Amino acid sequence: METLEQIKARLEKILPLTRLDLLPNECPAGERSLLVDAASGFAVAQFLRDDPQLLLDYCSNVTGIDWPQATIKTKVKKKVLVGGVEKEIEEIIETLRSGHLEVVYHLYSMALKQGPVVLRLRSENRTDNTRLPSLTPLWRGAELQEREIYDLYGVIFEGHSDLRRILMWDGFVGFPMRRDYVAPDDFEYEPTPHDEGLQEAKKHYPAEVKP
Amino acid sequence: MNSIAELPPRSFEVKPKLDGQGEPMGELLEISMGPHHPSTHGVFRMDVVLDGEEVVKLKPVFGYLHRNHEKIGEAVSYLSTMPYTDRLDYFCSMTNNWAYALTIERLAGLAVPERAEYIRVIMAELTRLQNHTCLIGFFMQDMGALGTPMMYAFREREKILDLFESASGARMMCNYMRFGGVRVDVDAPWLAQAKQVTDDYGKFLDEFEAFLTQNEILLARTQHVGVLPRALAVNASITGPMLRASGGNYDLRKVDKYGIYSRFDFKVPVGEHGDIYDRYMVRVLEMRESIKILQAALRDIPAGPFMDPKARLRGFRPKPGEVYGRIEGPKGELGFYVISGGSPNPYRYRVRPPSFINLTILEDLCLGHKISDAVVILGSVDIVLGEVDR
Repeated sequence: METLEQIKARLEKILPLTRLDLLPNECPAGERSLLVDAASGFAVAQFLRDDPQLLLDYCSNVTGIDWPQATIKTKVKKKVLVGGVEKEIEEIIETLRSGHLEVVYHLYSMALKQGPVVLRLRSENRTDNTRLPSLTPLWRGAELQEREIYDLYGVIFEGHSDLRRILMWDGFVGFPMRRDYVAPDDFEYEPTPHDEGLQEAKKHYPAEVKP
Repeated sequence: MNSIAELPPRSFEVKPKLDGQGEPMGELLEISMGPHHPSTHGVFRMDVVLDGEEVVKLKPVFGYLHRNHEKIGEAVSYLSTMPYTDRLDYFCSMTNNWAYALTIERLAGLAVPERAEYIRVIMAELTRLQNHTCLIGFFMQDMGALGTPMMYAFREREKILDLFESASGARMMCNYMRFGGVRVDVDAPWLAQAKQVTDDYGKFLDEFEAFLTQNEILLARTQHVGVLPRALAVNASITGPMLRASGGNYDLRKVDKYGIYSRFDFKVPVGEHGDIYDRYMVRVLEMRESIKILQAALRDIPAGPFMDPKARLRGFRPKPGEVYGRIEGPKGELGFYVISGGSPNPYRYRVRPPSFINLTILEDLCLGHKISDAVVILGSVDIVLGEVDR
């Protein structure tokens, strides 16, 4: 199969892209991924699916990831001249990562038995703009998985035909897979007629056996 | 190339059939099948809209067993998730263990000793045998053959569960694999017993097939019912026996050749019609291939360590990075996606559950069939709710 660099070069020729990055992966056995901006995500996915050399007709896995705002500390080794002697020191660089939600698609080709190509889309932020294009019109296999990501992360997939909660119940508030989600103490608490009945009954207890 | 235009359009608005004068012939009936219904294989509900007896709309509803397995996986250490993967697809805990162990081994770059690879293949193929056998039993139950075929299937499954129990200590929740090997070794009597079970299994399959494969009722109920075209199967990410019954030749044991599967000589059965009968036949033929793999593995298993001596169970912190590992589970492609941030627990832990994704096309399979066929179609999809709901 083509390398990601070749795919990237071809994509840049064909499509007017605002952002197409190759993300590294520090794990040697893992795959690097293509990061595309939300606006051109659908077009890139369509190219990957229909291109005769790639034919990524099988969308295996769709994952949501939450990246809250954080300061990332990276160690960089630097050579500094101290009193005429060159010394190596470690410097810690702090960078601010803005919060966003990410959706990862693992694409394989069943026709050509190759893959995977990992495609990533990122939302603008985690609060008021979590919209991303749905790839369900391209791969039906993403249908339930995108619903799950909507349910658990709150990513709104534009173009999904049936975006509803899937694992949590209707009427549930919040997105439980987010890093900052705090579970309530008791999910199932609701004032029942039974509680009122008990209060009512207390009035009729004799004073000495009042519980 | 399967483009969306070729796939059947999906309608959400349904209306009753019209008679000759253009008047509706009756009213639609919406019924809720499940969640507590013996045919739904667990707590699963189908919102079905019927026109007479015909299904015109079907929406699967699930999540009753949801416990946010992935969130729990992110809160505990890598190893602590291993016993919890047993509870995903509780019929196939061995393959769940393997998929998870394989992913973490790729993430941390661990090697697996020869003997452990063989033990894993033996356990996985035994799992496949008992899963497919039981599925056929359940599926006959769905069709109205109450009890008897399922009991025969469970009798055979029990022999395999005995093997699991004596190797791992548990019948179903085996918790057997570790990163870099397996938890305990199997001894010579165990291998002899496994060989006995494997050699006898062919005879049982012959007997099972003699009752079922040519059975007139089974043929009438399953042929041309719930047909899944190959293009739709690929597009909807259907995997496992479901895909192969529709003609998609995609078996990860052949495609990825994970573990030591390249050493075994076996075929991948592929169906032609994509109907329920093909799904049944593909599973039966797959079991026969599994027996071949098992016989070869039990013959060739070498002596040696069963655990990579360099693998650390305590204080296990893989380097940052991400990896997607997948194996051919009995129900389809079982994948795990793990992002390590360098801490003792994963930053992101994701399960790609095959039976959850295989449910995508349930409505497409059932449309136009009778309500009683919907039960059989669901049975042929082979779902386990522990995995669907996670």
